[in-house]
Amino acid sequence: MKEPEVKTPRRRNKFTYVLFIVPFLMFGFCFALVPLYNVFCSAFGINGKTNTTSIRKADTAISDNRNITIQFLATNNEKLPWSFKPNKVELTLHPGENKRVTYYAKNNSDHTMTIQAIPSVSPGNAAKYLLKTECFCFTQQTLGAHKSMDMPILFHIDPDLPKNIHVITLSYTIFDLAKLKNPTARKGGRITR
Amino acid sequence: MTEAVVHAHHGPDRRPGIIGWIARWLFTTNHKDIGTLYLVMSCFMFFVAGAMAMVIRAELWIPGLQIVNPHFFNQMTTLHGLIMVFGVIMPATVGFANWMVPMMIGAPDMALPRLNNLSFWILPFAFTLLTSTLFMKGGAPDFGWTFYAPLSSTYGPPSTDFFIFSVHMMGMSSILGSLNIIVTILNLRAPSMKMMKMPIFVWTWLITAFLLLAVMPILAGAVTMLLTDRHFGTSFFNAAGGGDPLLFQHIFWFFGHPEVYILILPAFGIVSEVVPTFSRKPLFGRNMMIYATICIAVLSFLVWAHHMFTTGITLSAELFFMYVTMLVAVPTGVKVFNWVSTMYKGSLTFETPMLFALAFIVLFTIGGFSGLMLAIAPADFQYQDTYFVVAHFHYVLVSGSLFALFTGVYYWYPKWTGRMYNEALGKWHFWLSLISMNVTFFPMHFLGLAGMPRRIPDYALQFADFNWIASLGAFVFGITQLIFVFNLIYSRYKGKQATMEVWEGSHGLEWTLPSPPPYHSFETPPEVK
Ligand SMILES: [Cu+2]
Repeated sequence: MKEPEVKTPRRRNKFTYVLFIVPFLMFGFCFALVPLYNVFCSAFGINGKTNTTSIRKADTAISDNRNITIQFLATNNEKLPWSFKPNKVELTLHPGENKRVTYYAKNNSDHTMTIQAIPSVSPGNAAKYLLKTECFCFTQQTLGAHKSMDMPILFHIDPDLPKNIHVITLSYTIFDLAKLKNPTARKGGRITR
Repeated sequence: MTEAVVHAHHGPDRRPGIIGWIARWLFTTNHKDIGTLYLVMSCFMFFVAGAMAMVIRAELWIPGLQIVNPHFFNQMTTLHGLIMVFGVIMPATVGFANWMVPMMIGAPDMALPRLNNLSFWILPFAFTLLTSTLFMKGGAPDFGWTFYAPLSSTYGPPSTDFFIFSVHMMGMSSILGSLNIIVTILNLRAPSMKMMKMPIFVWTWLITAFLLLAVMPILAGAVTMLLTDRHFGTSFFNAAGGGDPLLFQHIFWFFGHPEVYILILPAFGIVSEVVPTFSRKPLFGRNMMIYATICIAVLSFLVWAHHMFTTGITLSAELFFMYVTMLVAVPTGVKVFNWVSTMYKGSLTFETPMLFALAFIVLFTIGGFSGLMLAIAPADFQYQDTYFVVAHFHYVLVSGSLFALFTGVYYWYPKWTGRMYNEALGKWHFWLSLISMNVTFFPMHFLGLAGMPRRIPDYALQFADFNWIASLGAFVFGITQLIFVFNLIYSRYKGKQATMEVWEGSHGLEWTLPSPPPYHSFETPPEVK
């Protein structure tokens, strides 16, 4: 087959190669979206993502007397054979006030299991004002067969909480880490960054 | 192209016999051959995915489960969507680009002919892989064409991995194809053709190609994350491992919204070529059309979360995405206004391509309006995941993209083959398609507003009437498409000889070539006035 003679000066070839880079850059950008997304979520406290390592607001004196109601929820992922529930389903506190609550957990299976609890806050924009200084979700929890325990959370509400929020729901979902192929690759409640 | 035509116009040198025939199509680097291959494959896949739509509508004919079980129904909706988007509309528009871009800009061929061959021949393998999942253990992918995690990661059938690889292949093909189109348009134009003088179809494809280059890698990244989540212990979309299933939706729609413009911009280009021809007037506000297209392409990157209003994103995000989405209506409105103004006081004739173009303008606008309704965040909570969404995107994809493809096929068929299509059959195809399309999809608006969810094989009794009407329309629409294929094959041999200009009001370089055009379009660059 006779190809038509097309003049291709070097400049043109260079341009083609430059274009070739674009898809590679965008492919990289796709993966960069993962840490970006997490940074955005924690920076703006959106998407209900709360802190997964201890945070303490320097000034925690009770400076306003708003009454904020906190509701506690518990969910087992994929029929996990555990009993998991908050010992207190609701409490009211003032912003700045430190509170300690516990969740009850019991392993109903016949073998030792390790779980990870993932917190989520609703409404999403309240997430960054609910500050946990201590939480069972900061680490993995292991229980022997038919053993039970109370797992603590120590938290307070940032006084900067927007005025329109009166009720905050804190929910935990527990996940079986044995189902995760690579459980050591994770730290805390979120992708390591 | 048959041999008679090929030999008359310095065709490819090929060895005789069936081997020679196969080798000729397998190794061809000619833009017209490859354009034909793309179009023929799209047409074939159109009937494959269309058959799946028939299964869906047959099951929804009356309430209850009659023909298929829910699991198979889900596979049908998934594959129907995937194939129609990636296997029909996209390859067909690339086929148009292959055929028309070199002819419209005065080039002999595409800039990278071998790459062109590769980007086509990846596709048949990709779609064989995808459709073969139907016969695998556990069935084909059944999570919808949007393959949200964790449906596709934790709960996806084993065949999901084949789906992932086929998406990789399609992406590779699209990236190579669009790369080729960009290089061709920017480097091989006739020297006298300045950028702003380029035909609108070439402009829309240039912008589409940049969109493809930018977002197909995002899709590839998304499926790669899915693959590593499924098999290599990562947790991109798995909350237990520190990931977030919602992240999948962000990534998917960051690709997905530009993708819908990839499907519609070439359609805009085709209609913008056809309307002036049959109005015998130049396109109204030509430069405005180009700027509007660029504007739509840029905005497409800023609206993805309008698919996610109900996922609990913040109020400020809802407002932002709502307003930016509505902003897209402005450049789109400019386009519709310009098409109508082109026709104003023109001497119009209504050959089949013009009829399809007119139907496109009216029906695409309806689809655009229902899109605006969906863009209103508070209202979207009602419409999300209902048949209203199904009605909306079928108005923009069937009476939008697909009708524009029909427009283009009828418009350029005489140029491609040297023979006129049968006008009477074309009109039958048009009127039956127009009526049955509306009978199929218009009732879906009402179903959606009444609350019928999408992607379900069974429904409550009160939805029965509109559903059988929609099914009836769908069957007629399906059968009507056979007229189209028959017309193309019949006219290929029995059609009247076409002239060089074909249409009285035709304009542009492609009409200065004989019909059919020589194997290599322009050996010497033409002069553009
Ligand atoms: Cu969108």
